[in-house]
Amino acid sequence: MVDFLTALFNFWQGFWGVPKTSLAEALPWMDILWAFVYLIGAFVLWAVNVIILIWLERRVAGFFSERVGPNRVGPLGLLQPINDAIKILSKESVIPQAADKFIYMAAPLLIMTISVTMYGLLPYGPGIRPISLNVGILFFLAVSSTTTIAVLMAGWGSNNKYSLLGGMRTVAQIISYEIPMALSIIGIVMLSGSLDLGAITDAQKNLWNIVLQPIAFVIFVISAQAELTRSPFDMTEAEQEFVAGYHTEYMGMRFALFFMAEYANLFAMAALGVILFLGGSNGPFLPGWIWFILKTYAFIMFLLWIRWTLLRIRVNRMMMLNWKVLIPISLVNLLLTGVGIKLWQYFTEGRV
Amino acid sequence: MSDLKKEAFDSDALESDLFETQEFVLNLGPQHPSTHGVYRARLVLNGETIVSAENKIGYLHRGIEKIAEGLTYAQFAPYTTRFDYCSGALQPWAYALALETLGGIEVPERAEYLRVIVGELQRVASHLIMIASFALDFGAWTPWAYAFNAREGINNLLEEISGSRMLVNYIVYGGVNAEVPEGWVERAKAELDKILYRLDDFDKVLSGNEIFLGRTKGIVPVSAEEAIEWGFTGANLRASGVAFDLRKTSPYSVYDRFAFDMAVIKGEGDCFDRYWLRMMEMRESVKIVRQALEKLPAGECRAKVSKVWRPAAGEGYALVEAARGVQGYQVVSDGSTKPFRVHMRSPSFCHIGIIPAKAPGITIQDFISFMASLDFVLGEIDR
Repeated sequence: MVDFLTALFNFWQGFWGVPKTSLAEALPWMDILWAFVYLIGAFVLWAVNVIILIWLERRVAGFFSERVGPNRVGPLGLLQPINDAIKILSKESVIPQAADKFIYMAAPLLIMTISVTMYGLLPYGPGIRPISLNVGILFFLAVSSTTTIAVLMAGWGSNNKYSLLGGMRTVAQIISYEIPMALSIIGIVMLSGSLDLGAITDAQKNLWNIVLQPIAFVIFVISAQAELTRSPFDMTEAEQEFVAGYHTEYMGMRFALFFMAEYANLFAMAALGVILFLGGSNGPFLPGWIWFILKTYAFIMFLLWIRWTLLRIRVNRMMMLNWKVLIPISLVNLLLTGVGIKLWQYFTEGRV
Repeated sequence: MSDLKKEAFDSDALESDLFETQEFVLNLGPQHPSTHGVYRARLVLNGETIVSAENKIGYLHRGIEKIAEGLTYAQFAPYTTRFDYCSGALQPWAYALALETLGGIEVPERAEYLRVIVGELQRVASHLIMIASFALDFGAWTPWAYAFNAREGINNLLEEISGSRMLVNYIVYGGVNAEVPEGWVERAKAELDKILYRLDDFDKVLSGNEIFLGRTKGIVPVSAEEAIEWGFTGANLRASGVAFDLRKTSPYSVYDRFAFDMAVIKGEGDCFDRYWLRMMEMRESVKIVRQALEKLPAGECRAKVSKVWRPAAGEGYALVEAARGVQGYQVVSDGSTKPFRVHMRSPSFCHIGIIPAKAPGITIQDFISFMASLDFVLGEIDR
């Protein structure tokens, strides 16, 4: 118990920049405990982010459209998410009679699990990493792509035509946009020479990747919006077409899980963008994790700006943009990156 | 490339041979976010492509035309605003004109001008709703809020003169209901500038937007012949290239005294044209209101008509250019204080007739844009 408390203490110490003691090395079973502690940390971060993001989106959307946004509950409406949570918890969660009950109930749990897992992979600052994987970026993409399965489960399990159509669109959209996203990331991997998210952050100490990979950044932003199924790519829950898409039949807390996972994924995807292109936790004066949060929220504001300005693209044009524009451009970008790296090596190190 | 390969690349061949597909029925509505009321379309779908569509209406039937037979002429006037609730102030106009032809009432000049002002303001407000819901059906929330903000100013003006913001019962037989309050004309002029400013905002955020053009250009074009055949009127007809506007072609009230252009688009008649025509028409309406406010003559605002009014037995029919098209009222009198029969010609009812003819072959997404661009209101379809 004392060990556990020490470990917990040390973990939170990490946020203040104090180097951790080597307790984990001293006790082998501590690794498991650490993983547990970090998971709780990731979950707390997940929940806090969701609360902040729901408030932020509603508030920002209000300002974009000349409204006030939530401003009644608490100062600046900050307690609005709590209010919503209480409301939604008190709602009855009816399961449709015709639904495939197991799939119907499993889908929201799965989608939440996926988004919490993504939080466990991100390096929030020097030394603050729940899970340190040497194939971090690969694992992140793999985990995030399983969202498709959860959404399709929801769409199929609900036994509703709108849900099914929304679910089918999701599969087409998310799977397609994973390709340009992965291709845009490969350039970064080539530059930093590692799949490890921490190593990618460290490689940007002097120069952010956005300077070296501007085209990849644009592709990443577009496909991130598509992966998150947010406007202009919000086909899956296109309210005006499919009522609420795959979660039409969900209510109460099950709906809330989908809703929260969407916002949690927004943070995770923005964080990935910051790690890959905007230098991660690198920055002067302030501690790394503060830089990380600041950059991520700036990036989120950018994504919100896109969402509240643009309208929904046509489905066939969305696919055309992906297969005929983004993928060829990202392949060309990949080629240019490779040639650039070789030239750089030739001129600076004299080797090919 | 051999014929066999060509066939395999042909999309029809793919659909019919390689995959087994199944059609299914989707009831779009009556409770659906983008049917703009309790309209139901019974769609037979193949994937997301519509195979056939069927109109189902009647969910908002209130029997108002029958109610009219139990009320006096004056009592029925507020009911007319419930037909097309998006342009409440324009609604009693055709009814009032029909009664005036029936009873031979002379309307004072000031009342005619006030009718034009209120009617055109309401037309702008109504078109703003169309633009807002059109944008919203593409998931554009911000323009939607912009439009409703602009409409708010018009609603305030209408509230000042009639006490009601949405179901404005201002135009009555013999003139208008009440004199405008002090300073209203100035406030209206100031509001017009705001509206024009807002319309420019729309051009910035919506009209030139590549995604918006992609969603609307060339989507479900309605040719001039088709538009006439299906009984289109108003903005939808003019968007198909037919120059027909009652305010120009057979001017009623004092429309012949103002300088304005009839907005017509000689183009494909697609969804974008229907949107753009309304943008043009709003600017023209602002012109008319500005001129009318300048020229507004002094005098009475209502002719002397007794409260219990008994027109001679006969019929009166009148047409006006309402926000959604030509609106007509047929009023039959049997010489008592109550109308024997009231019937209304609603433009929206004719507009939705084309939906089953145009729907096959388009996707749900385009179907939604098409419905929004027709700008129908269920209140006047079901009556």
